[in-house]
Amino acid sequence: MMIEVNSLSGGYGDRTIVNQVDFSVARGEFFGVAGPNGCGKTTLFKMMSGVLPLWRGTVSIDGRTIDQYDRNSLARKVATLPQLQQSYFTYSVQETVMMGRYAYQSGLFKQPSMEDEQVVERILHQLGLDEMKHLPITQLSGGERQRVYLAQALSQEPDVLLLDEPTNHLDFSYQKQLLDELKALTNNDRLTVVSIFHDLNIASLYCDRLLLMEKGSIKKMGTPVAVMQRPLLEGVYQSAIDVYANPTVASPQMNVLPDYTLKYSSTVSPDLLQVSEEKLLFQTDRPLKTYSSAVVGAGFGWYQHFVNYHVEKSFSCEAPDELMKEKFKEWDLPEYDTLAMMTAAYVTNYASRCVQEDGFSLLVIVTAGLSNAVDVLYGAKHGFTPAPGTVNTWVFVEGELSEQAFIQAIITATEAKTKAFADCEITDRLTGTPATGTSTDSMLVAATQTGVHLEYAGTITPLGSCIGRTVYEATVEAIKNSSIGKQP
Amino acid sequence: MKNWQKRFTQIPSAMSKFFTYVGSLFVLTAAILAGVGAGSVAVPLSEIVRVLVDAATPFSTAEGSVNASIIVDVRLPRVLLAGLVGASLAISGAAFQGLLQNPLADPYTLGVSSGASVGAVLVLFLGLSFPVFSMFTLPIMSIVTAVLTLLFVITFARMLDKTLSIETLILTGIVMGSFLGSVISLMIALTGDELRQIVGWLLGSVAMRGWNYVSLLVPFFVIGSMLLLIQGQELNAMSLGEDRAKQLGVPTETRKAVILLASSVLTGAAVAVSGTIGFVGLVVPHICRKLFGVDHRHLLPLSLINGATFLILADLVSRTIIAPVELPIGVITSLIGAPIFAVILYQQRKERAAV
Repeated sequence: MMIEVNSLSGGYGDRTIVNQVDFSVARGEFFGVAGPNGCGKTTLFKMMSGVLPLWRGTVSIDGRTIDQYDRNSLARKVATLPQLQQSYFTYSVQETVMMGRYAYQSGLFKQPSMEDEQVVERILHQLGLDEMKHLPITQLSGGERQRVYLAQALSQEPDVLLLDEPTNHLDFSYQKQLLDELKALTNNDRLTVVSIFHDLNIASLYCDRLLLMEKGSIKKMGTPVAVMQRPLLEGVYQSAIDVYANPTVASPQMNVLPDYTLKYSSTVSPDLLQVSEEKLLFQTDRPLKTYSSAVVGAGFGWYQHFVNYHVEKSFSCEAPDELMKEKFKEWDLPEYDTLAMMTAAYVTNYASRCVQEDGFSLLVIVTAGLSNAVDVLYGAKHGFTPAPGTVNTWVFVEGELSEQAFIQAIITATEAKTKAFADCEITDRLTGTPATGTSTDSMLVAATQTGVHLEYAGTITPLGSCIGRTVYEATVEAIKNSSIGKQP
Repeated sequence: MKNWQKRFTQIPSAMSKFFTYVGSLFVLTAAILAGVGAGSVAVPLSEIVRVLVDAATPFSTAEGSVNASIIVDVRLPRVLLAGLVGASLAISGAAFQGLLQNPLADPYTLGVSSGASVGAVLVLFLGLSFPVFSMFTLPIMSIVTAVLTLLFVITFARMLDKTLSIETLILTGIVMGSFLGSVISLMIALTGDELRQIVGWLLGSVAMRGWNYVSLLVPFFVIGSMLLLIQGQELNAMSLGEDRAKQLGVPTETRKAVILLASSVLTGAAVAVSGTIGFVGLVVPHICRKLFGVDHRHLLPLSLINGATFLILADLVSRTIIAPVELPIGVITSLIGAPIFAVILYQQRKERAAV
């Protein structure tokens, strides 16, 4: 273990700030320390860097406790990157970085040796600072200045780097740059980094392990996934927080939830639907949380405008989402706020059902075209040609759905659609067997996220049974409309 | 920023540092010669050189001329004393500023000069004389009271404000200085005529001190400035804050004690021989930082050299500007120093407002 902290306690005056803290950090690890203001992070750091005396317990670096090091040899083992600081004296970049070599210089006048010069040159180059080495640091931007102080700490050639909120005052591009640099140092040079973070999301992205402190003690220690737990963080930070998966990497992210809620008047109602030959357009006065397989806006999102766009059956397009975005401009719909599906069916043959239940209401809108009806068992026989969706199902719910309920709602609605196909005796034209859907069906569940909380939407739950019945009825009607209404 | 401005603000490289030393020493030499030559009787350069060479030759056979007497007995000790006092005050100012991370700190604004004066006046007031060191009673008492004053000012300011901010420290120092000034006035009033001569001394003067005072100052000057000159890199680190210096490996406890002690020795001894001459420790390091950069390894020696030049020239002005009347030298330094104090304060304020 590079760092071992054993039942460490300390503070100021007679106030204990850090109480019985135990942890260890392996060589090459990126270790984060987080916690609310005043939880003792900075005090812990001051004790680890030998600036503040320890009351009880020990801090060992590379097998020796820090009181066994004199200050010079400790400075060669452990370097600290302070929070962005302001000095009243303007040193040049080179002079500032050279101060990091203090512990290596000897003699009365502490003249830098050849080796000192070489180390400083190498680090200046590594951090891309050679061009500004003669500039006074006041002429540098905040990000560059922080890099200079990182260079100063690195020129101590330490095994351990302690950072106290290194990204404070930096905009996110500089934060990323600095942390990427540090991450590379832990991976390539086996530097051990221990850093205080204010921003849990950044900590989750870069740290191998996180230590969450509360009132001077360890609340939780482990991988970001283990620490970024909603009840845990809500307890420690005393505020409403939402934790969700990062869509790109396995580092959970959190959101702070505001206490205010917006007041809206209208409900999800059929009146909001505008029908034309070209498209169905459903517009609400507030964003709805959606989960869908739409052409534009798939996955989870928040949308206010919903389009079901009619295309010719022969339509083939390399980039249907680009086409839809062109159309949004034409229709004067905001691109970031509009969800779109396509269908070869005539959208005027749509069917809709609106249901008021106890505490929630439901609106289902279905368009159905059956030319590509497929039996799910023989899908492979059809060959893969992406064609515009033919059964598009929209389910709008006035209520607050859990993520689980969103997915259950999709399952329930799909089962209802399949049931409608069976009862209407739709067959797969290629195999002659009963069809279970069409080849390019699309589905949307959208909820206002207001009113009653609906945790489940399985088939026997109040919401699920309602969705099942309503989608079934609407799909049957849409299928009928498509055979008696306007024909291709 | 325009190109020429950028070039101007570049920090000088090693080569130009060499020339700054040569240049500073050249200016100092010129100031010494001017100080020795100018006065009610102007002495030409060639004469000065001849007399100085003569004086430096043991068992010289040359007759003692009037000029020789003016130069060797009156002007040279005066110029040398001014130079030593200026060098002492300037280097200790630079050290205080680095240590306290505060460009406004100097022996005068911190109240240390006034503290040293109290010691000096006490010696005269009580007729003190230490056994063994009787000759050094005056500077040693001044140094002791200077150290005590400094410790009090720093402790008190830290009690008010843990971060030891510029304003708190300077305010404490200035209040302390004026309090001690009143104590001195009180002592003078109580003694009647005997200490009236002190009043002139209090305003600061290097006049009519003679070689005695030069030799009184030299040992303290050598010890104090030697101790400070080897703290360059430590002061660089400590000017980033004491905690930061610790993290960089500086044994701050001992280094801080050495720096404070050495600065107080220099200040106390300087005040003992010349009274309180204000703002030298503020003006000279400030100008040196602007011209040569803030690296204390060079700032300390350059402040020392240019501090000597500054006070020699200030003394020259004080005795020639309205001759035959002589202005107290402290008047000249305050006339230059107070506006520079204001400028630094303004710049600091503006810089901090911008962050």
